[in-house]
Amino acid sequence: MKKLFGAMVIVLLWSACKFNNTKTLPIYGNRQAETKVVNGQTVTDTVYQTIPPFKFVNQYGDSISEKNLDGKIYVADFFFTSCPSICPVMQRNMLNVYNAFKGGGDVKILSYTIDPKYDSVPILKKYADKLGVAGNTWWFLQGKKDDTYRIAEKNYLVAVSKDSTVAGGYVHQGYFVLIDKEKRVRGSYDGTNQEQVAQLIADIKTLQTEPVTETTK
Amino acid sequence: MKLKVIACIGFFLVVLIISCQSDQEIEFKRYYSAGSLTYQIHCQNCHGVNGEGLNNLIPPLTDSVFLKTNKTVVACFIKFGLKEKITISGKSFNEKMPPNDLPPIEIANVLTYVTNSFGNKLGTINEQQVESYLSKCK
Ligand code: HEC
Repeated sequence: MKKLFGAMVIVLLWSACKFNNTKTLPIYGNRQAETKVVNGQTVTDTVYQTIPPFKFVNQYGDSISEKNLDGKIYVADFFFTSCPSICPVMQRNMLNVYNAFKGGGDVKILSYTIDPKYDSVPILKKYADKLGVAGNTWWFLQGKKDDTYRIAEKNYLVAVSKDSTVAGGYVHQGYFVLIDKEKRVRGSYDGTNQEQVAQLIADIKTLQTEPVTETTK
Repeated sequence: MKLKVIACIGFFLVVLIISCQSDQEIEFKRYYSAGSLTYQIHCQNCHGVNGEGLNNLIPPLTDSVFLKTNKTVVACFIKFGLKEKITISGKSFNEKMPPNDLPPIEIANVLTYVTNSFGNKLGTINEQQVESYLSKCK
C-alpha cells in the first residue's frame, strides 16, 4: 500500500514537472557578448545574429524590406516556380502553415525565388493565384540572384549548416526557416516532411507567446 | 474438438479462396502493388498521396471520366510529358508535366495503380496495352 502511494506521488510529481515545462526554442547563429553601461552599471548582454537588411520585390510589385517584418514572426524558404521535383511538396506543406495563420497579422511567409530571371513579378503573381494564395500573409519575393544566395547561406540557413556535414547546396534542399520577432533564426524544418512542418506550426505558436526582450534595442 | 473443426474449415476456406483467385486478379494485384511504388517515386511529389493535385497548379487524378476517355493517351502523357490545356473535374489547367521516360511495364504498373485508386476503378492496364498505346503517341 505504502509502495503504491509512493509510486503515485512519483507519477504526480513527474507529470507536474512535465506540464510546467514550457518549451523555449533554441536561437541559432553567431552570438557575441556586448558590455555596456546602463545607469552607471556595467551589464553584459548576449547579442544574437539577426537577419540583415534586405530589399526584394513581392508578387504585387511592392518593395519589401526587413522593415516590413518588424515585430513579425515569419517563415522563409527558397523555391522557383518551374521546379519540378520537391517544390510541389513544399508548397503543399507551406499551404498548411498559410492556412493556419492567414487570419492573423503577426505571422508571414517569405518564399524567395532562386530563379529571378524567369520568375518575374507577373509570373510570381500568377503562381500565387494558382496556388490559392491571396492577401499579404505569403509573399513570393524576387531580387538579385547574388543577394538571394547570400542571405540564404549566410543568414537563413545557419541553423542548417551547423547541424549538417554536407557542404553547400542547402538552398536547394527545401528547408523552412523560422524567424522570430527580433529577426533571429529559431528553427529549421524539412519542408518536404509533413510531420516536421506540423512541428513548425506548433513552434510558431510557441513563439507567439514569447515576450519580446528589448535589450538589444 | 469444436475449435479444431472450425480451424480446419477456416484453413480450407482460405486455401480455397487463394487458389480460386483468377489469373486476372493476380495479374491486377501484381501491377497494382508495383504501381503504388512507382507512383511514390515518380508522381506523388506533384500529384499528392491521395491524388489530390495542388490547387490550380497540378491537376488531381480523381477525374475518372477524364481518365477513362483518355485511357489510350495517358501513357503518352507520362512518357512524353504534357503541356496542353486540359479540363479536370471542371477546372482548366494549362501547366507543364515533364516527361517521365519509364519502360512500358512501369507505365502499365503506375497506370493500373492510378486508374484503380483515388476513387477510380478502370481495371488492369497491362504492358501489351501500354506498348500499343505508346506506338500511337502523337
Ligand atoms: C513535376 C510535376 C509532375 C509529376 C512528377 C507528374 N505529373 Fe502528372 N501532371 C502534372 C501537371 C502540371 C499536369 C497538367 C498538365 C497540363 O496542364 O497540361 C499533369 C497531368 C497529368 C495527367 C492528366 C490529367 C489528370 O489529372 O488526370 C495524368 C493522368 C498524370 N498527370 C499522371 C501522372 C503520373 C502517373 C505521374 C507519374 C509517373 C505524373 N503524372 C507525374 C504534373 C506532374
